[in-house]
Amino acid sequence: MRRWVPLIALSACAFGQATADSAAGRKIFESQCALCHGQTGGGGRGPALNRPRLEKAPDDEALRKLIAQGSGDMPGAWQLHPDEVSGVAAYVRSLGALPPEPLRGDAERGSRTYAASGCPGCHMVAGQGAGFGPELTGIGARRSAAFLRQTILKPAATLAEEFQYISATPVTGSEVRGIRVNEDSFTIQLRDAGGSYHSFRKGELRSLRRLEKETPMPSYEGKIGGAALDDLVAYLAGLKGKP
Amino acid sequence: MKWFALLLCTHAWGQVPYDRIVNAAKEPGNWLTYSGNYQGHRFSPLREITSANAGSLRVKWAYQMDSRAEVSPIVADGVMYITGPNTAAALDVRTGRELWTWSRPIPKDYQNIGFGRVNRGPAILDGQIFVATLDCYLVALDAKSGLERWSSKVEDYRPGYSMTLAPLAIRDKVLVGVSGGETGIRGFVDAYDAKSGSRAWRFYTIPGPGEPGHDSWPGDSWKTGGGSTWVTGSYDAETDLVYWGIGNPGPDWNPDSRRGDNLFTCSLVALDGDTGKLKWHFQFTPNDSHDWDATHVPVLFEADVRGTRRKLVAVANRNAFYYVLDRSSGEFIAGRPYAKQTWAKGLDDRGRPIVNPGTEPSEAGTLVWPNLNGATVWFSPSYSPAEGLLYVAVRESASIYFKRKAEYKPGTFFAGGGEAQAPGGAPTGAIRALEAATGQVRWEFKMHTAPWAGVLSTAGGLVFSGSDEGNFFALDAKTGKPLWDFQTGGRIAANPISFNVDGKQCVAIAAGRVLYVFSL
Repeated sequence: MRRWVPLIALSACAFGQATADSAAGRKIFESQCALCHGQTGGGGRGPALNRPRLEKAPDDEALRKLIAQGSGDMPGAWQLHPDEVSGVAAYVRSLGALPPEPLRGDAERGSRTYAASGCPGCHMVAGQGAGFGPELTGIGARRSAAFLRQTILKPAATLAEEFQYISATPVTGSEVRGIRVNEDSFTIQLRDAGGSYHSFRKGELRSLRRLEKETPMPSYEGKIGGAALDDLVAYLAGLKGKP
Repeated sequence: MKWFALLLCTHAWGQVPYDRIVNAAKEPGNWLTYSGNYQGHRFSPLREITSANAGSLRVKWAYQMDSRAEVSPIVADGVMYITGPNTAAALDVRTGRELWTWSRPIPKDYQNIGFGRVNRGPAILDGQIFVATLDCYLVALDAKSGLERWSSKVEDYRPGYSMTLAPLAIRDKVLVGVSGGETGIRGFVDAYDAKSGSRAWRFYTIPGPGEPGHDSWPGDSWKTGGGSTWVTGSYDAETDLVYWGIGNPGPDWNPDSRRGDNLFTCSLVALDGDTGKLKWHFQFTPNDSHDWDATHVPVLFEADVRGTRRKLVAVANRNAFYYVLDRSSGEFIAGRPYAKQTWAKGLDDRGRPIVNPGTEPSEAGTLVWPNLNGATVWFSPSYSPAEGLLYVAVRESASIYFKRKAEYKPGTFFAGGGEAQAPGGAPTGAIRALEAATGQVRWEFKMHTAPWAGVLSTAGGLVFSGSDEGNFFALDAKTGKPLWDFQTGGRIAANPISFNVDGKQCVAIAAGRVLYVFSL
């Protein structure tokens, strides 16, 4: 037992150190980074940072380098001490860290539920499936298990702000329903459930409306439940991205 | 050959004396100063392109730049002069082919704090092209060859001074202002002798001890008070008065260390062109805590005010209010909001805002309209003397403003807080036509998102502007009805201009990294 004591002390100390760094980093972040990245990393002039995987900073060393040296329009923080840079990096990482969740289900069984329930008809995982809905290859790194469970049961309740399901009716022709792929002041591009793209000039539409709280994804409430649902959530939560 | 012969007859190549710029309206085929004329109108007297034929506009040529293009070109006698960050070029206006290029290295330790590495255009006077650089030099180039005549250090870039604006060349001087309002600079407007490059005068936007306005700064707060001057001013050639907008106070979001009006931040100043002496000032946002620079192109115009013809200056301000002032005295004539705002009840009879309590940034965050980028920013408005309307690209957005401690360290952010986007969707925007004398909205063209591009109006009855999604478009100047649009493929964050090539009207806009020229 005795040899455990220093180990525990060490890990407690390391933990305490990380917390202190992150707290100091938070202060620096809020006064020097938040101008562009938002006070809680939600983004603004600069990209959002409240996500576990940062495109330009795949690992902590790259993140520290990015903070210290800058990139493109982002100035380097050459005035910061390396410890302060580490603190900011730690805080940025904490913005995207998901709390670890205990998962009840069995991911292996969940993958079979996924295939049997028709999910690959719309979603792609590791190159398999259709690309109509969001790709799920790394969904477990972005979304919590609770969020995934909710989406399976009530997909309209967890729609992202930028997601828009649109009804467009041309002056001549019939209504098209689809996910908004792109839009500007004069045109809009939709993708229908069959995967076909539709491009409209707004001036040539009889009606253009957002289908609030609607999504092409069906609810699986009453269709997948109990252990099968736990399994499916475990499978999705375990999808952490391309190896 | 005929074309060159014609040029040589009218003007020596690149020779643009002061009188030509004063009388820019007499040669609408050229675009001789940042805003097209000294009055800040960004209005083209050309009328070949009209509401009847704008639908037939097509690309004449395009020119690829090395980085994000925000340039408003100069066009003189068959040559277009453009700039990028520490770069300049002369292009054949018929084809877009380069005639010369110039560049100056950006120092390795240079950093742009609070803005992008961009440049918004050159100036021309006599045979010289003037370029303001990121590392804070004003450079004069020989218009014919692109070779350097002189370069003058405006200020040390290391504490945060920088320049992105187009210089303003008047009479025999070249005027510039500085960026750096997020780094605790002490801002100024500088004038340089056009021939020698020696500094003729400097007007500090933050008054020093003993100077009028100094008492609006407690303690040493004036030393790091900001007051940048990063947008090109306007000029009244008759009275030799320069009109220049002044930026936010520092630290941006924490006013605790600088309680007071913080003159002359967030103000318009009228300066004597010969001496730089302050004639008058008008402050839009006293003790600003939302980063609402008053760095806009002031628009000089005349209108009847209660039955009397008056010389006026108008500003559509970042703080969401539109102001009309007497331009010889600074007297407040009219003002009203032109976009959603929640920070003031209105303006009193002297134009001072009646500020709503509880709208300052706070530890927990304060929701205020507009956001830090304001209801409009640096990109130019346009004034059509034909319509009596002022056209402005409007941003509709709110922010949650946070206040934090601010510690001054040279060359670092001195912001004292920040902002987060308010919940409830992306900001929207519009092009609005305001009655110039009152600010009353005549029409609006709604846009998909908040724009970052300036406006051009023309005697052909058109208004041109661009969108974040890359649309470059023409509206009917009387009604706002869209007449033509073109997808440029790049975000538009620049001001349009108009000029002639071989007697045919063209319109130019920078989008993404490309400069486009359109004609019928």
